[in-house]
Amino acid sequence: MSDYHIQLDRQDRLVHFLTVEGLTHRHLTEILDTAESLRGVAERRIKKLPTLHGKTVVNLFFEASTRTRTTFELAAKRLSADVLNLNIATSSAVKGESLLDTLRNIEAMQCDMFVVRHEQSGAAEFIARHVKPHIAVLNAGDGRHAHPTQAMLDVFTIRRHKPDFPNLSVAIVGDILHSRVARSLIHALNILGAGEIRVIAPRTLLPAQVETLGVHPCHDPRQGLRDVDVVVMLRLQRERMEGALLPSEAEFFQRYGLTEERLALAKPDAIVMHPAPINRGVEIDSRVADGPQSVILEQVTNGIAVRMAIMSITLGHHARSTEENA
Amino acid sequence: MRTVIQGGRIIDPARRMDTVADLFIAEGKIAGLGQTPDGFVADQVIAAHDRVVCPGLIDLCARLREPGQEHKATIASESAAAAAGGITTLVCPPDTEPPIDEPAVVEWIRRRAKAAGQARVLTLGALTHRLRGERLAEMAALQDVGCIGVSDGGHPIANSRVLRRALEYAATFNLTVFLTPLDPDLGHGLAHEGQVAARLGLSGIPVAAETGSIARNLELVRDLGVRVHFGRLSSARAVDLIARAQADGLPVTADVAVHHLHLTEIDLIGFDSRCHVRPPLRGLRDKDTLRTGVAAGVIGAICSDHQPHEPDAKLAPFGDTEPGISGLDTLLALSLRLVRDEALSLPAVIERLTWGPARILGLDRGHLGVGAIADVCIFDPDAEWRLEPDVMRSRGQNSPFTGWELQGRVVQTLLEGRSVFAGR
Repeated sequence: MSDYHIQLDRQDRLVHFLTVEGLTHRHLTEILDTAESLRGVAERRIKKLPTLHGKTVVNLFFEASTRTRTTFELAAKRLSADVLNLNIATSSAVKGESLLDTLRNIEAMQCDMFVVRHEQSGAAEFIARHVKPHIAVLNAGDGRHAHPTQAMLDVFTIRRHKPDFPNLSVAIVGDILHSRVARSLIHALNILGAGEIRVIAPRTLLPAQVETLGVHPCHDPRQGLRDVDVVVMLRLQRERMEGALLPSEAEFFQRYGLTEERLALAKPDAIVMHPAPINRGVEIDSRVADGPQSVILEQVTNGIAVRMAIMSITLGHHARSTEENA
Repeated sequence: MRTVIQGGRIIDPARRMDTVADLFIAEGKIAGLGQTPDGFVADQVIAAHDRVVCPGLIDLCARLREPGQEHKATIASESAAAAAGGITTLVCPPDTEPPIDEPAVVEWIRRRAKAAGQARVLTLGALTHRLRGERLAEMAALQDVGCIGVSDGGHPIANSRVLRRALEYAATFNLTVFLTPLDPDLGHGLAHEGQVAARLGLSGIPVAAETGSIARNLELVRDLGVRVHFGRLSSARAVDLIARAQADGLPVTADVAVHHLHLTEIDLIGFDSRCHVRPPLRGLRDKDTLRTGVAAGVIGAICSDHQPHEPDAKLAPFGDTEPGISGLDTLLALSLRLVRDEALSLPAVIERLTWGPARILGLDRGHLGVGAIADVCIFDPDAEWRLEPDVMRSRGQNSPFTGWELQGRVVQTLLEGRSVFAGR
């Protein structure tokens, strides 16, 4: 069981998209290049491609999230798929139905793709191991583990502004410990050969041995932000105060919040990113979030093209894989 | 009934014996070794050439799931698995449902074990009422009905004042206290706080969750002189703490689950829920130091930490699965693997499975001296086999060792001179 290849078929093609870890430069580039070619679709008068016509995509959300679900829904619809949204958090899981039973039931509805969000790390991988072989699984966030489509839209956005990865310096600031976005982004940047990745947070918000992920930990943004090309701010959840990880939002903002003064430490043409939704005045100052260096809304736009790319790639490979094995 | 076990390699660590000889059993007791006792006529002959004959194994921690969780396993099903694994004595911690905090539960378990008749089941009584860590359990009454010690049953007592009084009260009756080395506040996690937890996004259990608890408890032992056994060490630093305490002359002992001697955090990669255990699998250095601790005798016993589960308990995302490994089937073979790995000699491994745990329990068991109860394990040290779910005798098939090639297989088990298992 200890392999990361459940998302790859024997020809090394992506048939699920569960985690960025273990993928190659080629896999990521395929997604990025496809997303680039799909980016124009939204500017057309008819914003639709027939790629997934006749396919059914199920958004299987065990954790509430309107925003992420909407971008997957839009991506699927632009590819002409039928979309079903299921918020399990408010339905069967509460009644004590097991995850496997829920899966079996939805499988019986003849679906082709599950887009899964779950509060437990490893849930997407678990689901991929247990669904019927014709179903492709996309991870829309599992616990603290991975959020690979977010990471791909982040590197897609970075590539459009800063294509020279070997000379790229990226700072990720905030709650790394609880962040699936950070984990996936770190893997993606490392696979694409980014020059340097710094993670900036107080020690309570950094996982033990974080450096083994291939990053440089730093506790002081005055050093960590110096001369970076990209600043990625993470959302700070209110619960962190109750868990005794931080004293207050105010102290966090005072020490780690991205203000114009701190951003001035980065390269003059540095871009500012955030996976959204943002907490203004907690991790980021409004003047920065709305400022000229912010690409936060562009990330949202890019997210649709990137998710369209991932959906068409995995379902396309899935169909070919199933045919070859038949 | 008189039995002679012929031609086996007898390893009896209590007397540092390792010799090829015949072993004579009469009326459930060891009657002699080597020379045929006067007037001994065997009713039964067991040929044991090329086999090892040793005391029946004593497992310091086995959840039999009864009473309360019969959908996982029963005393009968797990006693049979124990017999097939060469284990003749099982120690059952008090976290049954209801917990072992009143004499009736002890009596009930004893009756069920007797009816099953395939292994001796000993019970540890609860330290506190309902294992809640608030009021003391009736330890003296539990002792009277046969509990061989008292324990927190995997629910560490958070309140230091309650713990100190529980230890003091237990010491009044000369009871050994079996403690779970875990700080409950620091122990709320899913995996060892290290690089694998960082990668997989699993909440971490720091080593200090274990060592902090041990350090506090050692100070209480220093005050009170009570005998304390620390069950299931998982870290190198815990081994160091226990070693120093023993060197200081404190009456403390420790055991380790056999899976901690073979697996590390790396085995969690891929979110393998079969490796979801408490305490968590830690780093390579921890595993190596645990082995060294067993070899040095700081860790006096290897146990199975048997926790059988129904399949559904492990069929969920990692954090939603129940912790624990079904270990009775593999306790002997995985322990023998330490010999192959040159971590311990064969007699030393057998000591940690027999005489070692017997001494921790303060029991006159786990040896083959004349007059001793004839609990005997006969195994083929060279037999190779592969662990598959369908060869497991335990009702719980939750083992991460599935697919492992193992060496050493039980061929016969005697409980008080009576054959309770005979393989091929």
